[in-house]
Amino acid sequence: MSIAARFCIDWPGFSLDVDLSIPATGVTALFGPSGSGKTTLLRCVAGFERAPGGLLTLGSEVWQDQTRFLPTHRRAIGCVFQDAALFPHLTVQGNLEFGLRRIAAAERRVSLEQAITLLGIGHLLARKPERLSGGERQRVAIARALAVSPRLLLLDEPLAALDLARKREILPYLEQLHETLQIPVLYVTHAPDEVARLADHLVVLEQGRVFASGALAEVMSRLDLPRGEEDDAGVVLEATAAERDADWHLLRAAVPGGSLWVQDNGVAIGRRLRLRVLARDVSLALTHCDDVSILNLLPGTVTAIAESGHPAARLAQIDIGGTLLLARLTARSVHALDLRAGKRVWAQLKSVAVIE
Amino acid sequence: MSAADLQALRTTLALAALTTLILLLIGTPLAWWLARTRARAALLLEAVVALPLVLPPTVLGFYMLVALGPKGPIGGLLQSFGLPHLAFTFAGLVFASTLYSLPFMVQPLKDAFAAVGRQMTESAATLRAGPWDRFFSIVVPLSRRGFLSAITLSFAHTVGEFGVVLMVGGNIPGETRVLSIAIYDHAEAMDYASAHLLAGSLLAASFLLLLAVYAINRRYRLVHP
Repeated sequence: MSIAARFCIDWPGFSLDVDLSIPATGVTALFGPSGSGKTTLLRCVAGFERAPGGLLTLGSEVWQDQTRFLPTHRRAIGCVFQDAALFPHLTVQGNLEFGLRRIAAAERRVSLEQAITLLGIGHLLARKPERLSGGERQRVAIARALAVSPRLLLLDEPLAALDLARKREILPYLEQLHETLQIPVLYVTHAPDEVARLADHLVVLEQGRVFASGALAEVMSRLDLPRGEEDDAGVVLEATAAERDADWHLLRAAVPGGSLWVQDNGVAIGRRLRLRVLARDVSLALTHCDDVSILNLLPGTVTAIAESGHPAARLAQIDIGGTLLLARLTARSVHALDLRAGKRVWAQLKSVAVIE
Repeated sequence: MSAADLQALRTTLALAALTTLILLLIGTPLAWWLARTRARAALLLEAVVALPLVLPPTVLGFYMLVALGPKGPIGGLLQSFGLPHLAFTFAGLVFASTLYSLPFMVQPLKDAFAAVGRQMTESAATLRAGPWDRFFSIVVPLSRRGFLSAITLSFAHTVGEFGVVLMVGGNIPGETRVLSIAIYDHAEAMDYASAHLLAGSLLAASFLLLLAVYAINRRYRLVHP
């Protein structure tokens, strides 16, 4: 099953022209700088904006086509905005029940108790929204959206208004949600770390167009993605915990074509791990060095090198037996080592983050 | 209080209550539309709605009298259907008062609706609430203070009108003779005692009404900052 979305909007100073097919499983991140159209795309999916001539189908269900436009309240969606948008005149309980009371009993696949437990808000039910912290408010908003048993969950920068501590408070709940409920999620964000942590699929938008769309690891390893000011280019690797080195508190994480030693976070051997390797933490050498502090040295082949931002900077893509890495280099190093596509190199990974 | 003054009081209260009720029915959808629309026509309508605020009541009353009279567009139309025209009648008074107090209903409601914000209604829509459901379960409760102000102001403003009543209604006891006209009559006749009684009661009643409204609003604000 998949979600097909085709929208064309032409407003003064802004246009959106997308034709997307995304899997109706897991989390699809809509990523891009502000003004790239990611929120507008989400608003079209929610039915807040009418894009004439648009098309939106969820599996065999048509929500919009040439002749039909299902209004928002008839779409089986759940929606969470940047600022929770809880109803101030109702208690948390009242907010949670608002949607629940409006769906047929047969449609209830997520129970209120389940939503309350999942988001850990059982102790807040009697409170009014004004007595909640920002993080609590957002958790209630997520639970409220889940309580209508949506067939598609829309999250519009749900963490953007929160500080780092509050973000850390919510992220585990979002991850849990991902694992517990089989609800596809469209997740609008401009934060690469949220993408790396939560997304399975990635749609990159730029100036109202789809720049790239596909599996997270595949899209993240592209050299030509529009990058922001921050140097946060990097790849996400799906790995398996293969071996534990109890003496040094390390874990060997197997990826296609090799393995990486990472900090042992206590997961069971055989479990899936998600790793993030930033391009700025990867350097290249032509020979295997034995006398460096770096643990992870992997042989590979340069597949491409591209200019990146500053004229002194280059971004290289390296193939480690099927796993792609990105490396941030200077143009001078590229010249000095005569790096080009096809060249055999050793990738030195200074840091590998375990993010899941 | 004399029987005639009591009758004037009854007429006034009936006029104000009926006018406020009609304004609530007309003003609510109008204010909602004005608060949400992006249409250019809204500008024109807003100016028309606000007109009674700046127009001398006698000017409005004069045009209303002409329009509602037997030769006017409204009175004439009614007569062509075999109905009586509205000049110097209670119905005509209600009609004129409704127009005259329109901004006092629409303005506070419009501000209250605008303050509710689009995200509240969009949120409610994603929780399966249809348009009417959204209005009554979200917009109305969140606009309580606006409704309270609008109703109070419309009612009080109708009670206090003079110029329009004098032009459109005249001074027919039991039909169009309202309190403000009665006070004027007493003062003209140098019957200051009766004028004091009516004017004083009106002053006290208005003050108490506003006090009650502010108290309610304050309590509401303390609970919902």
